[in-house]
Amino acid sequence: MNTQLARVARVAMALIVALVVATTYWQTWARPGLAARQDNEIQRVAEFEVRRGLILAPTRVVARNRPVRAGGRTLYFRRYPQGRLAAHIVGYSTVARSRAGLEKSLNGALTGTERGLDDLVRQSLDELKGEPIVGDTVVTTLDLRAQKVAFEQLGSRCGAVVALDPRSGKLLVMASSPSYNPNLVERRFGEIEKIRADCRPAAPLVNRATQGLYAPGSTFKVVTAAAALDSGRYEPGSTFVDPGYCVVYGKRVNNFDTSSPFGSVTLATSLQYSVNSTFCEIGKRLGAKRILDQAKRFGFYLRPPLETPDGERRPSGLYRSGEPWYPERDRDVDAGRMAFGQERMLVTPMQMAMVAGGIGNAGIVMRPWVVEKLVSPEGGTVARTDPERLDRAASPVTARDVGAMMVRAVEAGTGTAARISGYRIGGKTGTAETGVQGSNTTWFIAFAGRPGQRPSVAIAVALEGQRSTGGQTAAPIARVVMEALLGRTANP
Amino acid sequence: MSARSKELATLVLAAIAASTAFASAWIAGASELDPGWVPWALVLAGVFLLAHLATRITVPDADPVLLPLAGLLCAIGLTFVYRIDPVDGRKQLVWVAVGVAVFIATLLWLRFDYRVLERSKYLLGVSAIALLVLPSLPGVGERINGVKLWVQIGPLQFQPGEIAKVFLVVFLAGYLRDKRESLAQGRMKDIGPLLLIWGAAMLVLVQTSDLGSALLNFGIFLAMLYVATGRVLYVGLGVVLFAGGAAALYNALDRVQQRVTVWLTPWTDEKVYCAINGKLEFRQNCDSYQLVKSLYSIANGGYGGTGIGNGTFETVDGTQLIPYLQTDFVYSAIAQELGLIGAAAVLLLYLVIVARGMRIALIAQDGFSKLLAAGLTFGFALQTFIIVGGVLRIVPLTGITLPFVSYGGSSIVTNFVMLALLLLVSNRATAAARAR
Repeated sequence: MNTQLARVARVAMALIVALVVATTYWQTWARPGLAARQDNEIQRVAEFEVRRGLILAPTRVVARNRPVRAGGRTLYFRRYPQGRLAAHIVGYSTVARSRAGLEKSLNGALTGTERGLDDLVRQSLDELKGEPIVGDTVVTTLDLRAQKVAFEQLGSRCGAVVALDPRSGKLLVMASSPSYNPNLVERRFGEIEKIRADCRPAAPLVNRATQGLYAPGSTFKVVTAAAALDSGRYEPGSTFVDPGYCVVYGKRVNNFDTSSPFGSVTLATSLQYSVNSTFCEIGKRLGAKRILDQAKRFGFYLRPPLETPDGERRPSGLYRSGEPWYPERDRDVDAGRMAFGQERMLVTPMQMAMVAGGIGNAGIVMRPWVVEKLVSPEGGTVARTDPERLDRAASPVTARDVGAMMVRAVEAGTGTAARISGYRIGGKTGTAETGVQGSNTTWFIAFAGRPGQRPSVAIAVALEGQRSTGGQTAAPIARVVMEALLGRTANP
Repeated sequence: MSARSKELATLVLAAIAASTAFASAWIAGASELDPGWVPWALVLAGVFLLAHLATRITVPDADPVLLPLAGLLCAIGLTFVYRIDPVDGRKQLVWVAVGVAVFIATLLWLRFDYRVLERSKYLLGVSAIALLVLPSLPGVGERINGVKLWVQIGPLQFQPGEIAKVFLVVFLAGYLRDKRESLAQGRMKDIGPLLLIWGAAMLVLVQTSDLGSALLNFGIFLAMLYVATGRVLYVGLGVVLFAGGAAALYNALDRVQQRVTVWLTPWTDEKVYCAINGKLEFRQNCDSYQLVKSLYSIANGGYGGTGIGNGTFETVDGTQLIPYLQTDFVYSAIAQELGLIGAAAVLLLYLVIVARGMRIALIAQDGFSKLLAAGLTFGFALQTFIIVGGVLRIVPLTGITLPFVSYGGSSIVTNFVMLALLLLVSNRATAAARAR
């Protein structure tokens, strides 16, 4: 019987050894895959055991922790003291709906998982001592006071206000309306779904400043004008004859106000009064690709660079069936209509603020950023953002000339509602028809600063579903927000 | 050093290791340096000291390793049951004490010659089948989690299937010792009783829907049959019959069907609605909820584990992550908190017990003793494999206990009876070898 016994013994021991092998498989080989699964609540708990870093703007707290003792461990849930004010930039970190905004894109820093070896050793020691992991504090550049002004101005209207410092690319204001209170995301999400505004759907979770795609209307003429001057074929004084309309592919496209054709006008006057036929003419002469290449240098066809998650930012440019599209040949696009902002051109308010900023900053577009620095729990600076050039969008001469035209538009043109005494402001209005009568997307983009100095603010305001023009609806909002910003930013 | 002194020394080592584990679970729960764990450690040490004194008196020459290893496993089990649910931990300590009392009683009762059991083999065999079917009889059985395994006697809940296993092994050891010659020749008239046992296993399977118990008992039977006859053909035939029978019954057994489906595809392709903890939830792992959560728990342990008391067994809102954690899924708690190193060490304890048990079977003198020791040991190994293998998704998951570790009285007591029998066989074999 002993031969059989020895064999059965081997089988019995092999059974136990198989268990060791399987345990090894799950705890080493399969571990990362399982940890990454959506329904893995252990991972979820671990995320909430970390004391996330604060988010500041730039000294006021916009995201902090609320510790909750549960079952022998402390969990940290998020509170957002500023409510809706910074919702779209900061986002949220919840159990029920995961994360959004900086809470998502900077999760690594906020949970202290992106650190050097020294920190990791210290962190492991803390873990052994049962002390929670503490993440880095994120300091943002948002100006909450101006942010509040922007929301007050927007009211129940749908749209967005974006303001940045064109000299550095520092983001100052990013207000998307309607906004939502991130404290409601965890348990009272139904209340967010019920938010109503002047547009349908209200879509409060969408950051219209970087995700909202709108026809740019006449604000795109700034890009066309820059392309015209940079091409060397035109000067500010080049003259055009305005019949009050422009013929493209045998069809007449009217100026916004057809009652009084301008007759003979210069390029500068055309921008000042937003004469469509002039830009239509330039578009047809230069061709679509030349203008689009100029637009690319302002940042078009690129996700506007910002620290928020990629999925919350969309590139500007021509769109075809929902995707950005760059034409292969000039004749694929109606360059005449594109030149004054129609065709299939779609832009984000963020992108148009970069256009205004690029003109104001002598042709150089700075990379936009909202995170000033990361500060470790000990108070040391872990990382700091240095201003960086994104691209040269126009030659200094072109930028100066287009800038001067924009200043004339504000002083005595379509954008007079944005005038602020004591400051030099250059702007461009836009009124894009959406195909629905009495429902336009209205725009105002501008740069502003003290006379003789580089502009310290660039702004874009976009409003959905407006009856009148950008000069009447968007420009006044831009003025109030710029006033709130200029007092402090003009003198560094 | 005598066998019993080695046993005492090993027990002391086990006590130190076990106290450390239990103290850390206690302190983690109290989150301060609380000495409340000391009485528990003293009670457990005292109980095993009594067991040791009993072995000194009754089985002086028996294997010195088995009792300390069983003690260590009990302490690990107690640590984790306490860590998961302190109330169950207290009950578990009582059950260990009861188990040791039964262990001592068994040793005292059978100390002169355990082979008296052989005489009542048919009674035991019939009792085994009766006990297995008992819970499924109307009015007697208690259905818990869709399987009928429990019998309610007054305040006590009792799982007769556990002790039936021991009866079955004793019966088979006696029966196969008698018939092994004729069975080895393969005469058809001797096949009859084998078919009877197969039929009984199928009956139990249908009555209780408990694939694990059927698999375990039939596996023990096949192993003992092979040891007795040396005929691989019987084993092959048995496997084919069992698989065929189970496959034929597959469609009639919802529970088994569900378990197999879950085993093959724990994650469905698309999310579906299902009722979990009384709430309608939209998820990818409806029926496999427990298994999937348990795999996450094991994976979370990694190499070194989270440390005792640091594992995650509750969700963010405080509900328990894995139902039946302290019974069926205790291994996934161990694997998370002790990690690969600790879980492998626990499995090695089982491996050593299996190796020592088989060694006892090898050195035993007579056929009955050999078959008894082999049957008990193989059953121990197979039970460990079925439950841990189920948790690790090697085999379909079935609700049987992890010997000495899982929470549950019937299981603890039964395992101590098995241990007592093994020590009795061991004592006799060693004494006989020395006498020669």
